[in-house]
Parts: sequence; C-alpha cells; structure tokens
Amino acid sequence: MNALQESLIELIRRTSAEIPGDVHQAILSSLEQEKKGTIAESALKIIDRNIALAKQKSQPICQDTGSILFYVDCPVGFDQIAFSETAREAVRQATKKGFLRQNSVDSLTGKNDGTNVGPGAPTFHFHQHRSEETQVRLVLKGGGCENVGAQYSLPNEKLKANRDLDGCRKAILDAVLQAQGKGCGPGILGVCIGGDRATSYEFSKQQFLRTIPDRNPNPELDHLEQDVMRTANELGIGPMGFGGKTTLLGVKICAINRLPASFFVSVSYMCWAYRRQGVTLDTEGRIQNWVYV
Amino acid sequence: MISLTTPFTEAKIRALKVGDEVEITGVLFTGRDAVHKYLHDGGALPPGVSLRDSILYHCGPVVLKDEAGRWKVVAAGPTTSAREEPYQGAIIKQFGLRAVIGKGGMGERTLAACKEAGCVYLHAIGGAAQVLAECIKSVRNVYFMEEFGSPEAIWELEVERFPVVVTMDSHGQSLHREVFAASEAALAKRT
Repeated sequence: MNALQESLIELIRRTSAEIPGDVHQAILSSLEQEKKGTIAESALKIIDRNIALAKQKSQPICQDTGSILFYVDCPVGFDQIAFSETAREAVRQATKKGFLRQNSVDSLTGKNDGTNVGPGAPTFHFHQHRSEETQVRLVLKGGGCENVGAQYSLPNEKLKANRDLDGCRKAILDAVLQAQGKGCGPGILGVCIGGDRATSYEFSKQQFLRTIPDRNPNPELDHLEQDVMRTANELGIGPMGFGGKTTLLGVKICAINRLPASFFVSVSYMCWAYRRQGVTLDTEGRIQNWVYV
Repeated sequence: MISLTTPFTEAKIRALKVGDEVEITGVLFTGRDAVHKYLHDGGALPPGVSLRDSILYHCGPVVLKDEAGRWKVVAAGPTTSAREEPYQGAIIKQFGLRAVIGKGGMGERTLAACKEAGCVYLHAIGGAAQVLAECIKSVRNVYFMEEFGSPEAIWELEVERFPVVVTMDSHGQSLHREVFAASEAALAKRT
C-alpha cells in the first residue's frame, strides 16, 4: 500500500468517526440553550454522547456514512487519474474496515456490491492552484439530510417569493419548514443563489467546507445568513423536530451569476452529524496537517 | 423514563402518549425500503419469523464479523421513516406490529393504522449510531442478506435499554403534526 492510500484511509476513518471541533462546539452551545428536562435536551445529550463514543471507538458517528465527496486542491501537473484510482481503492479498504457502510447501490439493478465504488461513487472535485501543496478535503453527507435539500425557481407565487434577496429568504426558510426534523436537525444549510440547476446545487454543497463560526465576507449575504439563522431558530422545530430552540446550527450562503431567465435558490441541508475533514499532503502523499481541528 | 420489555401487549402500547421517553429491552427486527416494498407486495416473512407484538426498526446497520465469525453491530441509528409511508399502515395491520422505530415521523395513514391496531411510532435519535449500537447486545439472526444486501436485510437484534421517544401514539396524536403546524404559523408571521 502506498503512502497516499494510507493517508486517504486515515482521512476517511477520521472523517467518519470524529466530528470537527467547530461543529461539536455549536452542538454544546445549543445543549446549553435548550430547556432542561425537555425531549429536545435529551436528544442533544444523546447526540453529544454519540460524538464522544464514536471518537473513542473509532467507529462511524452515523451508520449512513453518506455520499463520499472529495474536494482536491492540487498543483499544476498533478496526476488526477492516479489520485482517483488510489482514492477509490482507499474507499474499498475503508469499507472493509467498517469506517464506511456498504452504502452504494446500482440504480438500475438495485444491487449493492459492497465496495462503495461505482459510477459516480465516490465523487471527485479537482481544483488546480498555483501552489505546490495538495489539500484533500472530504465531506460525508448522509441520505436523510440529502433528501430534504430543495431547489426553488423564483419567482414562486405560493411563497410570494420574488427575484430578490427577500425572495431568497422566503425560499430558504420554506426549505427549513419542509425539512422539519427529517434531515436530522439541528442542521446546517449550504445555499447557493444563482447558477444553472446543477452548478447551483454544487456550489451549495461547497459551502459545507466553511466552518460554523466564520462570517460571510459579503455584507448582504452575511446579513441574510444571520437573519435566516435567527428566524429559523424562532420556529420551534428543534432537535430532531421534537420542538425546541435549536433548529439550525449554521447557515452558509454564496451567490453566483445566473442567466437573465433563471433564478435558482438551491438549499442543501447537512445533518448535525456534519462529517467534514481534510489533510494537506507532502509530495509522497503523507499527511502533513489536518485542515479542521 | 418508561421501561418496556418485548413482546409488547396492546395495553402497554395504549398506555403510551406523545412525548413519553421510553427505554426498550428485548428483541427487535430491522426493516427498511426493500423489506417494506417486499412485504407490501405480498412477500412472506422467512420461516419461523413473526412480527406479531414486536417492533420493526427502520435501520440499515453497519455489521461486521469478528474473528470468531460472530456478527457485531458497529453502527445502528434510524433511517428516515417517511419513505415507508405508502406501505407502513398495511404492514402494521397485516403483521400485528406493536411499534415502529425510525426517525422524522410518518404520515396520516400510519397514524390511523396505529390508532386502529394499537401500535406506536417511536423516534430514535437520528445519527446516534454509536449510542444505539451500544444498546444492541447481540445479533440473533439475519434474513434476506443475499437478496437485499446488508443495510436492507432483516436483522434480528437483542437490545437493552434502547432509548426512544413516542412521537405518534395509538390515540391519534402526532408530535410531527403539532410541530409542523406551530412552525408553519410561526414562519407565516416572519415572512
């Protein structure tokens, strides 16, 4: 086994078993906020216990180890084909070790060959940069939260949502209302305003590479993020949809250009089991640093 | 906290109300998308398996074999129940289920079947795969492994103090319906 494969297996293990510090901190803060003796508080206590147990046992936080999304920032001349082959093998090995569930199904036959490798699985997003460093970030996104994602095309008469920021706000909050607890809240929203349908969803997912306490450098989007977060937490949906104060842990929004004829708002929902981790690699493929502490 | 032991009786289930926290000790069966569709389409349970007075858990666990060849459940949280809404009511009535465990809640047809047949919907904490796997003391059997694959198979599991919340009871009450209505009204005031 080469160093890169070993590093990627370790990245998968840690992503699956250990939640990043910023997410854990957000969950602990919400635990303090919930009223004592409520089922919302019980739910968050079990979640907190689960986070500790998964880390201690080095086992998946959630049995749905999710879509496997690799985001690779690499230098010019980087061999993406070789990387993908090694990463696919790392996924096979990580599945055998139980860091990933046998979680990938042939959409036509319904067969699950138990490897997690097949057409479109795992997924790679390569970005070249003018630096010698290779950074590999991994997001594991479960199906429950993926299923409550939503894409709106504005204007939307039913929501009285026009083609402006207020319309975007209405669409995003409707997604929160419709999701209720089904996406394993408290959740984190990744939102993209604009783009074509596919690109818009793609950018909404990339928002999950941001950390919870970070602030949007665009003042308008920052304002919208804070507003949606505050409003969603006034709706009383609560952890797991049990009712309570914490419906969302974070909201991350980006905007990209659109066609004059299109105005999409794409909302991706991430469950509390927000599995995101990353490594920087040396030229041999060994882990130098962890991206999220 | 209410402690319940399987097999259940109608009286024990009728005594439960929305919002009750319950710990279950005994046996439960997993079943998710493939199992629901199969049973609903007239498929038979494997010989010797009965769901009468027992629990169906919407779960696709991660299960590994240890060195001695014994199954070990390493992660076992609930999956989203809403997908089983087209099948659940009929399955509750036909197979005599007393409880369904899952996450996210279910709809009106399941709620009506719970009321009619004396069944409840119990909400486990979504994503809490490790806490819940710790409550699984042994794997008694697995069925349909070849046909459906590991996550979709029926796993017969022995559990101890498995924590759940009653979110749909056998009296027509649903926490999911309540929270949706309240949150919808709250949002209407804010948009």
